[in-house]
Amino acid sequence: MSRPESGAGTTVLTGAEIVWATLEGEGVREVFGYPGGAILPIYDALRKFPIRHVLVRHEQGAAHMADGYARASGRVGVCMATSGPGATNLVTGIATAMLDSVPIVCITGQVSSKVLGSDAFQEVDITGITLPITKHNFLVTRAEDIAPAIRQAFQIATCGRPGPVLIDITKDAQQSTASFEFAAAAPCAARPHPMLRADSSSIREAIALIHSAERPIVLAGHGITQSGAEAQVIAFAESQQIPVASTLLGLGSFPAAHPLNLGMMGMHGESWVNHAIQEADLLLAFGMRFDDRVTGNLAHYAQNAKKIHVEIDPSEINKNVRVDVALIGDLRGVLDTLLPLLPKRTDTGWLRKINASKGTAAVRDIINLPDNGHLYAAHVIHDIWREAQAAGREQDTIIVTDVGQHQMWEAQYFKHETPRSLVTSGGLGTMGFALPAAIGAKTACPHKDVWVIAGDGGFQMTAAELSTVVQEKLAINIAIINNGYLGMVRQWQETFYEKNYSASPILSPDFVKLAEAHGIAGAHIAKRKDVTLAVTKARTSGQPFLFNFQVEKEDGVYPMIAPGAALHEMVHRPERDPLLETAEDE
Amino acid sequence: MLHTFVALVEDKPGVLTRVASLFRRLNINIVSLTVGESERPDTSRMTIVCDAHEHAAHRIRASLYKLETTVHVDEVDRSAAVVRELCLMKIAVGPDSPNGSHSRSQIFELANVFRARVVDLAPESIMLEMTGSSSKIEGLVQVITESGYTILEVSRTGRMAMRRGHHTSRVLSALGSRPKADGNGDNHGSKLDFHDNLGDEILPNEFENVHEEEI
Repeated sequence: MSRPESGAGTTVLTGAEIVWATLEGEGVREVFGYPGGAILPIYDALRKFPIRHVLVRHEQGAAHMADGYARASGRVGVCMATSGPGATNLVTGIATAMLDSVPIVCITGQVSSKVLGSDAFQEVDITGITLPITKHNFLVTRAEDIAPAIRQAFQIATCGRPGPVLIDITKDAQQSTASFEFAAAAPCAARPHPMLRADSSSIREAIALIHSAERPIVLAGHGITQSGAEAQVIAFAESQQIPVASTLLGLGSFPAAHPLNLGMMGMHGESWVNHAIQEADLLLAFGMRFDDRVTGNLAHYAQNAKKIHVEIDPSEINKNVRVDVALIGDLRGVLDTLLPLLPKRTDTGWLRKINASKGTAAVRDIINLPDNGHLYAAHVIHDIWREAQAAGREQDTIIVTDVGQHQMWEAQYFKHETPRSLVTSGGLGTMGFALPAAIGAKTACPHKDVWVIAGDGGFQMTAAELSTVVQEKLAINIAIINNGYLGMVRQWQETFYEKNYSASPILSPDFVKLAEAHGIAGAHIAKRKDVTLAVTKARTSGQPFLFNFQVEKEDGVYPMIAPGAALHEMVHRPERDPLLETAEDE
Repeated sequence: MLHTFVALVEDKPGVLTRVASLFRRLNINIVSLTVGESERPDTSRMTIVCDAHEHAAHRIRASLYKLETTVHVDEVDRSAAVVRELCLMKIAVGPDSPNGSHSRSQIFELANVFRARVVDLAPESIMLEMTGSSSKIEGLVQVITESGYTILEVSRTGRMAMRRGHHTSRVLSALGSRPKADGNGDNHGSKLDFHDNLGDEILPNEFENVHEEEI
């Protein structure tokens, strides 16, 4: 049987072939998945199509890979699993993509339609299970419905606020035949989406607020990159001389070295940024959703500030923070409308005031401490950044983090200049995300340097994917920040639970030996002077590399805001660092 | 307070679950929910009454519209609307009833006053059918109970709502005859390019009342 060209004429294909033909038509070149009984017809048809399949070691990895693929490239990530346990294993990955609005399409096999609902072997109601964690999902029981469902899934995943879509296809639908024509399966136009009108009174109100603001701040979120509005945000900030603070997922959307960049806000944000937000008289929220990690106690959040919320999802308006003006629509379009209507401003007094207020907050930083022979996680991350910068690879480096202390240190000590250079699970905070997401990122961007930065705890959650790295010959570099604890849990226990380190010390295998068992080169590193050399070696090797960075055990992420505290009530790194004292004792 | 939403949704399996699940996730109790056919093919009309915070309406409406199966959402709290319920009620009326053999005629009188209809007559019971506002239905229940009769069964549909006047939702006129998402490739959809509608008085689901809400 010959494969039909996309869009050309009608051909009769099996449902399984239609799956691949439709994916091919949608421009899919890579799929992450794991075969099993109810999806075998689809896997049987794979060989006829020019799509690369990456075999994962656990379906959670497949969903994270699709997620990392989408975040790194901006294209839709696709993953596949069989029915039952295969499908349920995807759940954590789907929820991760949902919370961070990442466009992925998940295809699951399902038992035959005639036994649906009968508790057949490996049957699970995955459309029911994933209903609240997908943007939409489909149960397809007929071959002729497959192509329209997949095409509509791609449209839903990418339009408006992106998100995951799941398609559950029964085995009999995969096996039966239907006529296929790619173009004929096109979804009708996306539903009318709430959008701003150019002559809307909201625009006039926004302009008046911007015009009269003396202490405005832009809050830069994930939506900037989702919308492709990086250039517009830079133009806006420069034209109005408005400083820019970022959320965790907003990092990289505004260049870190830009004079107007303040840095990250929120729970582990920079203190001057949080103080500036509390002092501001106007907040311009660009594609961010006032998550509790960036607002602190809502009752005390930015009380002096008027708020303008530019957001594509109307249900986010006034959800957490009451705003004065809502501009509902695609950020790029909104800024294109706004900018020509605003006269340029040149007053830099507000920015100077914020910069002057940095004071010792920046100086007391851990990277500025004298080398005491001990290795801190901040050193490792900072040196990875410095090394990439020195090699001119800064624009071509993607850091994929796991979740916890190292994630916050990454956000603080790696300066992101380019969009999509940081891949991290912000909303769901999924430990185990880093390694599989990095596999997805490297698959999407093979010419970029992809670093996994993971803690010793999170890395062990999905370490099985090391095998996938080797099988797919992916030159991913892995930096394990090993402190022998579930670090963020330990820090909270230290701060809020009287140092009762309940279940937070964690034993790890010898990660270097583990890597070697997979055929991956590795090294233990415990001294700062060894970091840069090792990083260079790994980056230039063209092979996967794993480092076990043995770092200070009881280091903490500072500044931090205690839960329930206001944004300006930050806890700073203790002046006399007990860790340093311990170090000198030895 | 009670909020009343009218949602036009695709008539497909699982759509009711999606709507119901949304309220569950927001931890909002549904007071009543009616579903039936609408004036448009393959489109169901739901009237959802829920008990939520005074200022929750915008978010519920926006969240309902976020469901891919939702075609349109309207909130009818603030506007003049006709809100009706249908009620079937079975009353024990036998020889042992308070007024003995006069019981039936008394029930007939009460039914007349409330403009209810007798739809079934059995040796031991009478069934009444009545439409009206919730308070009217509750009034009939109260009067019958206070007259000493035993109500055996009550079945209420829950509220249905429709805006008064020529409104018919500007959204619908903006949408025109939207084609079904049946993927049969006829490209009516392209006519619905969103930006073509910029000249309209109001765009579909531009939530103009956003600023009236308080947290």
